[in-house]
Amino acid sequence: MAFLDRWFGRNKTKDEAKERLQLVLIHDRTDLAPELLEQLRAELIKVICNYLEVDDKKIELGLEREDRTVALVANIPVKNIKRYIPNAKNK
Amino acid sequence: MVARTIVITSGKGGVGKTTTTANLAVELAKIGKKVVAIDGDIGLRNLDVVMGLENRIVYTLVDVVEGACRLNQALVRDKRIENLYMLPAAQTRTKDAVTSEQMCEICSMLSDEFDFILIDSPAGIESGFRNAAAPAQEALVVTTPEVSAVRDADRIIGLLESMEKRGISLVINRLSPKMVKRGDMLDISDVVEILSINLIGIVPEDEAVITSTNRGEPLTFQAVGPAARAFSNLAKRILGEKVPFDELEHMNNKGILGHIKKLFGV
Repeated sequence: MAFLDRWFGRNKTKDEAKERLQLVLIHDRTDLAPELLEQLRAELIKVICNYLEVDDKKIELGLEREDRTVALVANIPVKNIKRYIPNAKNK
Repeated sequence: MVARTIVITSGKGGVGKTTTTANLAVELAKIGKKVVAIDGDIGLRNLDVVMGLENRIVYTLVDVVEGACRLNQALVRDKRIENLYMLPAAQTRTKDAVTSEQMCEICSMLSDEFDFILIDSPAGIESGFRNAAAPAQEALVVTTPEVSAVRDADRIIGLLESMEKRGISLVINRLSPKMVKRGDMLDISDVVEILSINLIGIVPEDEAVITSTNRGEPLTFQAVGPAARAFSNLAKRILGEKVPFDELEHMNNKGILGHIKKLFGV
């Protein structure tokens, strides 16, 4: 009943088009190439390992999207916390 | 003279790159600028038929690159209007026949002789697009108010930005005022909001675009309809003139006057 919808001012197809476009573009614009994500992961682990002992086989890393926002979400299981301040040699 | 080099591109095919290139070239030439339109779509050339110059091609862009002829020999002069030239693409070759460097070289040779170099880019985001965009300082991104075309335009804008093009402007083609009024087509503000780049042209849907292509006469040679006016305004804006955009109501030929004009074929 498209014409009824229109009478009541609902469901203009252009609004649907706009909403779908905005959503799909959030994906398009933030899609990281897999190699880039892999590189980010490797570098992150390197830095984190200066401070924490982590289980690098169980790390989950990825972009998560909710409505209009994007977040980098990482789940990094910690095995042990280092008790000393890392110095240049440890890096 | 140092030419302004503009690539006309879109990502998606069939949204009106070639039509825009041809009509913009004619409009700029009518204003008195010396213009060359280059067909960047090697293997799928069409600028020649849209401009109605297909019977006058002797050499192509690829012949110039391969040294089979001089650049001047490949340029097709439009006899109907002064200052308008076309550089055709080869039809029987592939995109790899020309490199980005060679495109840049050809444009720099043309740059001293022309006010404007317009490059009609192929659809897609691969080498053909990159070669066409390489020599350009500016870009016109053509889109229609449809989900698929706008999405591809967004991708192309991202690529152009990463190529550090400074003037990227948007042309919205085939807008149907009727559908916009009904709420069944993305309107201008929707598209501009989504793509957030400078809007420089709005071309309404107009049957004259097809009939003029049938004849091989760019619209702007003689037509007075809404699309012809839109291309004329686009050319003026490119030259820096502040031309307000037409209201939706004025974008179709309807109304009593329009019908009378139609009856008499004006």
